[in-house]
Amino acid sequence: MLDFASNTFAEWAWLLVPLIKILVLLFAAVMPLVAYASLAERKVSAFMQDRVGPNRTGIPLTLLGFKKDLNIAGLFQPLADGLKFLLKEDFTPAHVRTFYYWLAPALAVAPALLSIAVVPFGSSLSIGGQEHKMVIADLNVGFLYVFAITSIAVYGIVLAGWAANSKYPFLGGVRSSAQMISYELSMGLALIPIVMLVGHLNLNEMVRYQAQHGWNVFPFTGIGISWKNGFAITGFELRNVLIWIPMLLSFVVFTIAVFAETNRAPFDLPESETELVGGYHTEYSSMKFALFFMGEYAAMITGCALIATIFLGGWGLPLPFIHDSTLTFKTFTGADGNFWGLFNIATFFGKVIVLIVFFMFVRWTVPRFRYDQLMKLGWVWMFELALANIVLTAVILALVR
Amino acid sequence: MATQTLEIGDSQARALQAARAAADDAIPDMIGEKLIINMGPSHPATHGVLRVVLELDGEVITKATPDVGYLHRGDEKIAENMQYNQFIPYTDRLDYLAPLSNNVAYACAVEKLMGWTLPARGQAIRVLCCELGRISAHLLGLGAFAMDTGAMTVFLYTFTEREKIYNLIEQLTGARFTTSYTRVGGHTRDIPADFLARVSNFCDTFIPQLDEVDKLLTRNPIFINRTKDIGVISGERAIAYGLSGPNLRGSGVAHDVRKTQPYLGYEQYEFDIPVGSVGDCYDRYLVRMLEMRESVRILRQVVAKFPDGPINVENAKGVLPKKERVMKKMEELIHQFMIVTEGIKAPPGEVYFGAENPKGELGFYICSKGGGVPHRLKIRAPSFVNLSILSELLPGNMMSDVVAILGSLDFVMGECDR
Repeated sequence: MLDFASNTFAEWAWLLVPLIKILVLLFAAVMPLVAYASLAERKVSAFMQDRVGPNRTGIPLTLLGFKKDLNIAGLFQPLADGLKFLLKEDFTPAHVRTFYYWLAPALAVAPALLSIAVVPFGSSLSIGGQEHKMVIADLNVGFLYVFAITSIAVYGIVLAGWAANSKYPFLGGVRSSAQMISYELSMGLALIPIVMLVGHLNLNEMVRYQAQHGWNVFPFTGIGISWKNGFAITGFELRNVLIWIPMLLSFVVFTIAVFAETNRAPFDLPESETELVGGYHTEYSSMKFALFFMGEYAAMITGCALIATIFLGGWGLPLPFIHDSTLTFKTFTGADGNFWGLFNIATFFGKVIVLIVFFMFVRWTVPRFRYDQLMKLGWVWMFELALANIVLTAVILALVR
Repeated sequence: MATQTLEIGDSQARALQAARAAADDAIPDMIGEKLIINMGPSHPATHGVLRVVLELDGEVITKATPDVGYLHRGDEKIAENMQYNQFIPYTDRLDYLAPLSNNVAYACAVEKLMGWTLPARGQAIRVLCCELGRISAHLLGLGAFAMDTGAMTVFLYTFTEREKIYNLIEQLTGARFTTSYTRVGGHTRDIPADFLARVSNFCDTFIPQLDEVDKLLTRNPIFINRTKDIGVISGERAIAYGLSGPNLRGSGVAHDVRKTQPYLGYEQYEFDIPVGSVGDCYDRYLVRMLEMRESVRILRQVVAKFPDGPINVENAKGVLPKKERVMKKMEELIHQFMIVTEGIKAPPGEVYFGAENPKGELGFYICSKGGGVPHRLKIRAPSFVNLSILSELLPGNMMSDVVAILGSLDFVMGECDR
């Protein structure tokens, strides 16, 4: 009756599967991605600036008696960086408010890692005969959860600026709070047209919608050509064409807002090293300093994951050869076993990586905004644009539906 | 963990600390209080060791007090104890972004005191030096300016080009940075055999690179927002403060020593003086961009009609003779001995010579009472004069504008503090 050994996984699956997802996603995907994003940043900047970039760090096997060190194009640089940060003196200046000073770095990292929980990173895999959705928490209020969590991220930086009890970090903290609060508004407003279109707050539903109707940023991927019963274009709707305009606007506003939310150039005012000498993390050292960077990169990865999920079809890839009867450009919906499940995961991370590289290209190309110009852009342009976009979407949906 | 609180042993200090903590708590609110922030002397945007004490109301600056002198080495006093030629290495360290131009300016000043005129080839070499130095200094100024506004990549691009100039300078002088190339009445050596070809090659490769920087910045809306109508200096104010160089020309005053008081035969080269219209940071940026192109124009002309002949002044008692002659001839040995031990005998008198250097008019005022050392040597450092306008320029701007303004003024503290 109580056949523990065979039933144990099935009985405990409700607990074990999410745990495995968390562990695998965070520690096998996101954290390494954070580490290697820092290496990629240096390599991309080197590429853009006609330099070589870090290429020397290997594993010193000679210390263990081997003939040669192991070095593959500096791929072990993040390991060395992490080791260096861990071994540095963890110095707390005497004038800081210790509790908040210690709290701030944690608050900078945690939200970025938390909000990845609702992002579907794949379609589904069948493990032990059961289909498991590739998302840690398949929340119905995924959107709201993301916004609730990213709002917390600002506390990390504000507290860091405040707790350091020093003038430059203070200015950085003030700038950051104003910036993140303003851009959160346009970020949220930019997504309302999507919600109106899809009719769901669940991010997984968002991806499935895009699988059927084409990517939000490019609605024509749902269009296919069929020739089996005579040549025909399928899936073409007037709605696709009309809805394209507000979707593109949303995409632009949301992407810019993600840049601002993650404090990436050209919105890196809070830390701007040439003005505020590092801004909010001026007084930090050792791993606490590194945590801010991990937080920044994790936020960037989460932001890219969100952009990919909401606008670029998430884990779906429009492949022409999936449907055998007709050659259509229908996005693959992902119900065809584990191979395609894994393929979807790879697709998702591929999109995220492409977006990260895009973020890096932008960072190393443009100068930085001034504080008031940033606010003006946020409140006068982005906010209004997002508002107008909602009205536009409503009108289009009312007309064409 | 590694957190450490500093234990203070004596009770007096502890009481003081407690009182201070109490006072900190007693401040009721910060409304209406100004934030005094100390920018520098060690700050990434102050290009060395400039210190500006800023009084901030929010992010807006209400008062700015520049504080210079952190790099003061007493160059002018040192000069009084040195033979004229011995001071040349010190001029390397004035505007250390264009050491060659400083060498030339100083040598020209002493030659003016001596009443010597350089032969045509020597002058052409010096023009080469000046213009290479100008491009090199403007490139760094531009790169640092762009980096201050947040565009890091431009800095690396301009540095790649500077590297090529350094290679040229290394060929010419044997040193990359501290060149000490000129001597009173001439140079340490003639140009290497293929130097002119290399210079013209550099001119060809440099212009496309400059175009690339142009594309990155000149019409970049963020960069324009950050620099246009920021830090406006009217032509009148610029003249009143004695500004010179690109900062003066950015304000619309077409004053260039190379045109108004030509030296080293600058009158025989064709070049324009780029002039700004408003006098804001963007104008100063544009003037520098265009000046580099004009410098390339001059370089090409110099290379095209490079004269033959001697490079040094024909003066046995003033310029060191050739080494092989010193080894063989009595007369030359005596001259060598006299020049090295006693220096060049300068006539009594006072001269001022101003050269158009990358940062502005670098002037040397020499007061001689005869003999091998100057009685007094005053350096008119353009960076120092240009910075004097800071306390008028900064208030009313925002914190981020400070770095843009400092970057656009393009100063070097080595020259400012002397």
